[in-house]
Amino acid sequence: MTAPSGPEKRYLDALAAGRFEIQKCKTCAKHVFYPRVVCPHCGAGELGWVAPSGRGTVYSTTVVRRKPADGGDYNVCLVDLAEGVRMMSRVVSIPPESVKIGMAVKARIAEGLVEFTPA
Amino acid sequence: MRGSVAIAGVGLAGCGEAPGWSEMEIAAAAAKNALADAGLTARDVDGIVIASTNIFMSGLALAEHLGVHPKFTESSMVGGSSFVGHLVPAMLALNAGLCDTILVAYGSNQRTGTGRAEAGRYKMALDPQPFEHPYKPFNPPSSYALATARHMHQYGTTRTQLAEIAVAARRWAQLNPEAFSREPLTVEEVLKSRMVSDPLTVRDCCLVTDGGGAYVLTRAERAKGFAKPPAYLLGVGAAHWHRQISSMPDLTVTAATESGQRAYEMAGVGPKDVDVVELYDAFTINTLLFLEDLGFCKKGEGGAFVSGGRIAPGGRLPVNTNGGGLSCVHPGMYGIFLVIEAVRQLRGEAGARQVQDAAVALAHGNGGVLSSQITAILGTQDTL
Repeated sequence: MTAPSGPEKRYLDALAAGRFEIQKCKTCAKHVFYPRVVCPHCGAGELGWVAPSGRGTVYSTTVVRRKPADGGDYNVCLVDLAEGVRMMSRVVSIPPESVKIGMAVKARIAEGLVEFTPA
Repeated sequence: MRGSVAIAGVGLAGCGEAPGWSEMEIAAAAAKNALADAGLTARDVDGIVIASTNIFMSGLALAEHLGVHPKFTESSMVGGSSFVGHLVPAMLALNAGLCDTILVAYGSNQRTGTGRAEAGRYKMALDPQPFEHPYKPFNPPSSYALATARHMHQYGTTRTQLAEIAVAARRWAQLNPEAFSREPLTVEEVLKSRMVSDPLTVRDCCLVTDGGGAYVLTRAERAKGFAKPPAYLLGVGAAHWHRQISSMPDLTVTAATESGQRAYEMAGVGPKDVDVVELYDAFTINTLLFLEDLGFCKKGEGGAFVSGGRIAPGGRLPVNTNGGGLSCVHPGMYGIFLVIEAVRQLRGEAGARQVQDAAVALAHGNGGVLSSQITAILGTQDTL
């Protein structure tokens, strides 16, 4: 417990400062997302922080249907980052139903969240 | 372990709409019916098992309500799969001699109860899930929609094939006077109904009802003395690999592959030996994935397998014979109803929907978002 905060706060603080950083295990060298205390791949506890490339591929996608008065339909998807980890996110700048599985996407930070645009 | 414990009584209460009834009252009413079915009262119970999404320390609350001073209490919460999963600790406790008669119960007023939106907001605040909730998935449907979209992409599964699952469930429900939704339903109607989270329409999603269920479990040698023929627990297996959908390794393969294998091994049977199948169908994709993962067809072939009415009344494989969560009852968590329908089929009590000569039944529970997978195999006396 030597770090000033847990990994979740560390991740969110970096995002708030405009930096998208994920964990990488110092023992097995695999990337880890979401941020954790223990490496879920090898069980070791030494996880460092790295900046991912931001490149990813849509693994699956859905359009959440919402009344126009409540803001209209929006995209929710799962993106596999080039580093081999998966995260929930959204693809923006195209209609939600135009997001397709296998689409190459690029990360950006908006309102303290990681979201994606077509690459 | 095989055949060491048996279900001696089952009961339902408040299924559909039960306005004015609290969750614990619905659970207690189901418990009373299950005990009466076994020829018992709450005075005979020395083990209490329950799970609830809302009631804090639900095991204590149920025992208090019934006036039971239990020797064994269990209230593990693994979502809707809980009441299939409860068979594991209950079996161990009975075999260890910790108690003799275990009551497993559930009740929910999800449809007519008040204050549920407010409770949802509190739960979100207590368990923020910062890596999913900010993107506003409409859960649980959106998580199951993501799995559906991936299965369609990878295996060419179609919305029409998924709609066949909803139609088969409805046709079973039409044979069950206790089912909530019994009006005719066609594939076209499923496809044209309101989209919730693509590619799932409202008819690909389970009902939201009130309802409760309960069953009574005891050691096999004691079960013979009760009012009805016992349904023996031949095998059970539980597995989970994730909680949130973003952490599921492969959205087309569930931990049912593992839970099913362990249940089959304990029971000494395989999918070809199963006469009647009860699968946790919170969404149409569930039925398809579990048919594949439990070995009734190969991975990727679920869509073709369910086509042509194969799992509907009169089809080759009877699946979700009460009408399932899609058309019979789904009060938040459905697991206990899988076990109850399996027992009724094995006893030959299922009326117009009875599967002839049902001797081996499989009940498969799902919890979370394809997260917790628990498979139980039950059999008649002849299967021991």
